[in-house]
Amino acid sequence: MTADGRRSWRRPPLIADRRLRWLIYGGGLIYLVLALATLEVNWLRAWEGLGRGWAFVQSFLRPDFASRGPDILNGIIESLTMTVTATVAGMLVSVPIGIGAARNLVARPIYLLCRGIVALARALPEVIVAIFFVAMFGFGPFAGFLTLTFNTIGFVAKLLAEAIENVEHAQVEAIRATGASWAQLLNYAIQPQVMPRLIGLGLYRLDINFRESAVIGIVGAGGIGATLETALDRYEYDTAAAILLVIVGIVTLAESVSSHLRRWVQ
Amino acid sequence: MNRTPALRIADLVKRYRTGEEALKGVSLAVAPGEIVGVIGPSGAGKSTLIRCINRLVEPTSGRVFLGDLELTALSGRALRRARRRIGMIFQEFALVERLTVMENVLSGRLGYVSFWQSFTRRFPPADIERAFALLERVGLIEHADKRADALSGGQRQRVGIARALAQEPDLLLIDEPTAALDPKTARQIMRLICEICRERRLPAIINIHDVVLAQQFVERIVGLRAGTIVFDGPIEALDDAALTRIYGEEDWTTVRQRAAAGRAWALDAERLEGFAE
Amino acid sequence: MPLARPGDRRSWRHRTPRARLLLWFGWLALVALTVFAWEVMNRDTIWAFVADAPRQAADIGARMVPPRWSYLNELVWPLWETITIATLGTLLAVLLAVPIAFCAARTTTPSFVLIRPLALLVIVGSRSINSLIWGLLLVVVVGPGILAGILAIALRSIGFIGKLLYEAIEEIDLAPVEAVTATGASRLQILDYAIVPQVLPTLVGISVFRWDINIRESTVLGLVGAGGIGLKLEASLNMLAWPQVTTILIVILATVLVSEWVSARIRHAII
Repeated sequence: MTADGRRSWRRPPLIADRRLRWLIYGGGLIYLVLALATLEVNWLRAWEGLGRGWAFVQSFLRPDFASRGPDILNGIIESLTMTVTATVAGMLVSVPIGIGAARNLVARPIYLLCRGIVALARALPEVIVAIFFVAMFGFGPFAGFLTLTFNTIGFVAKLLAEAIENVEHAQVEAIRATGASWAQLLNYAIQPQVMPRLIGLGLYRLDINFRESAVIGIVGAGGIGATLETALDRYEYDTAAAILLVIVGIVTLAESVSSHLRRWVQ
Repeated sequence: MNRTPALRIADLVKRYRTGEEALKGVSLAVAPGEIVGVIGPSGAGKSTLIRCINRLVEPTSGRVFLGDLELTALSGRALRRARRRIGMIFQEFALVERLTVMENVLSGRLGYVSFWQSFTRRFPPADIERAFALLERVGLIEHADKRADALSGGQRQRVGIARALAQEPDLLLIDEPTAALDPKTARQIMRLICEICRERRLPAIINIHDVVLAQQFVERIVGLRAGTIVFDGPIEALDDAALTRIYGEEDWTTVRQRAAAGRAWALDAERLEGFAE
Repeated sequence: MPLARPGDRRSWRHRTPRARLLLWFGWLALVALTVFAWEVMNRDTIWAFVADAPRQAADIGARMVPPRWSYLNELVWPLWETITIATLGTLLAVLLAVPIAFCAARTTTPSFVLIRPLALLVIVGSRSINSLIWGLLLVVVVGPGILAGILAIALRSIGFIGKLLYEAIEEIDLAPVEAVTATGASRLQILDYAIVPQVLPTLVGISVFRWDINIRESTVLGLVGAGGIGLKLEASLNMLAWPQVTTILIVILATVLVSEWVSARIRHAII
């Protein structure tokens, strides 16, 4: 109660400990100031850029599909084929690795091995993986295919392993109680429970792989990304706009198809 | 008559890795064809006890014999062969929900067929025939190709019963078969289980938390408290003193009166419904 | 059909013949598509290069060890830049994504006809273009440097944060909204008292998660000139200075792992 006899109320702060609160707020503020100080913006350059930016925005209103038509088509076909093959190959490899990376199904050494593979496949940004595959296998979509496959494994195997670890234990126990072997257990208790998830992951990955295929071309691994970079290097904004529109269109289409299919599977 | 008990448990101890002692030296023998109801408060070790028998839970020490076969000495393939002789019925049914009713029943045959047969779903004709007969027995023949998750609770438990019987077991382990069911369905399921056991002279251990329901269907009661057997005898011997030993202090007379009233009402409702059909 | 009775014995088939046929056809189509895509993709693949890959790999591997540890000194500043790009980019994205998400959510959008489709368009556009491509564009527009990086990260993250946030807003419990509305509260007050408390933890969770992804993405933005440690990677690759590349990769890996750990800890603390 305050002196005048009326009670006052204030919303309790988010972080109860006063010192911790000031430490976090103060630290955040100092970091923000330092980070903003890092920003050495060349305002003159940015001002000039605005004009270019405007030109670029305008080029979206008159995208030029025609003058580099064959290049765009070629890039898209490369991207699409890379996407399909890498998703299929990645799924094929992911299933055994995902099973091996599920703690409740396999012996400890196999588990650790498979977890290791998954961690490795996830740790590196895909562009860096692409750089190495290009250095090893030469320029072109084959290196891109390997990059996407590698990343698919990290993604699908990890999520599949998690799905397997989260299956309903009662169902597994019931099948185990019938005297089923390990393979039968997998087929009767695990597979029915994780199959919809696995198909969903495959469709989702198809969608992600197309997006990624548009990027790794920048470092020479084939696909539409290479076409885009060439267009930008030549300052052909109209062509670049056309390519971006094609990418957005295909991604949107792929996403809506994949989300519909996933809903249908579930 | 055969003098060897169908199941013999000797000094079974289970200590979990957390240090919790779920079973503290349990000994029990089940005669052929005998139905034993295991009662006790939750956490008394009922679930652990039956899972130690088919070794879904690994006992810390003690021995379990199915007839002359020592289950606790088995491993790998021999253990799987022994498991197929022991049918199990679960609390929340534990059906594989995305498989059809028929596949669930046939999964009771997994211990008998090769992986390839089970993978391609090409079970031997005798298995198929048996599965159909069991579905007829539990009254689900027209649901054979439905997915298990499309059934009601009582129907699901019937599938669970058919799956366990498909194993042609020598022993049934039944874990709280009615816990997830409404009172009327619970009674029907208990009646079905006990009828089938008697038809086949199949020994069974039924974990059940509902004392009244147990008294109605089972002839022998085992009371478990904190991992120890504190009562073992015929149903008539289960008096207030025994219940107090199992569950602790409680006004058992009122509980029973209330239960009896409830039972009368439930039976009445059942009768009325039967009349309406 | 499954319940046919040939003779005395009842037979049972797992699938109806039609279902089996469809299934086989589906698999066949998938295989055919894959083979076709493989053929088209590898029209121009030079298999001699592919066959040569193990030798190349061994060669690069040999050049990469030992890493050049003295190069670490030169990486401190680029690393700070990378973290700055990710953090400021995420902050900017959150600031922009919150109003967009509220405009896109069915429960809170001010107008279904104009504003919601527009907000959804922004989200889709932002999501379908990777931050590296945004970087490529922005370097052309605002010039090389970390400003391009921050904007690239922000533009890519708006869609991500916006989408997850508006889905969270659509899934909130409507009962409190009803209750607050019943007190006679205004639109903004309903937002403040009934909706924001429900979605705030989600927003923090999404932002931290995205920050973690952004750290990873900002490590490579330098490849297109948008600042950070990627610039050093590009330079080292161009000079074929493989021991330096190794050092950079180790630093990137460590940063990614630490940021993943930090983000997991924060998200754990919220939930």
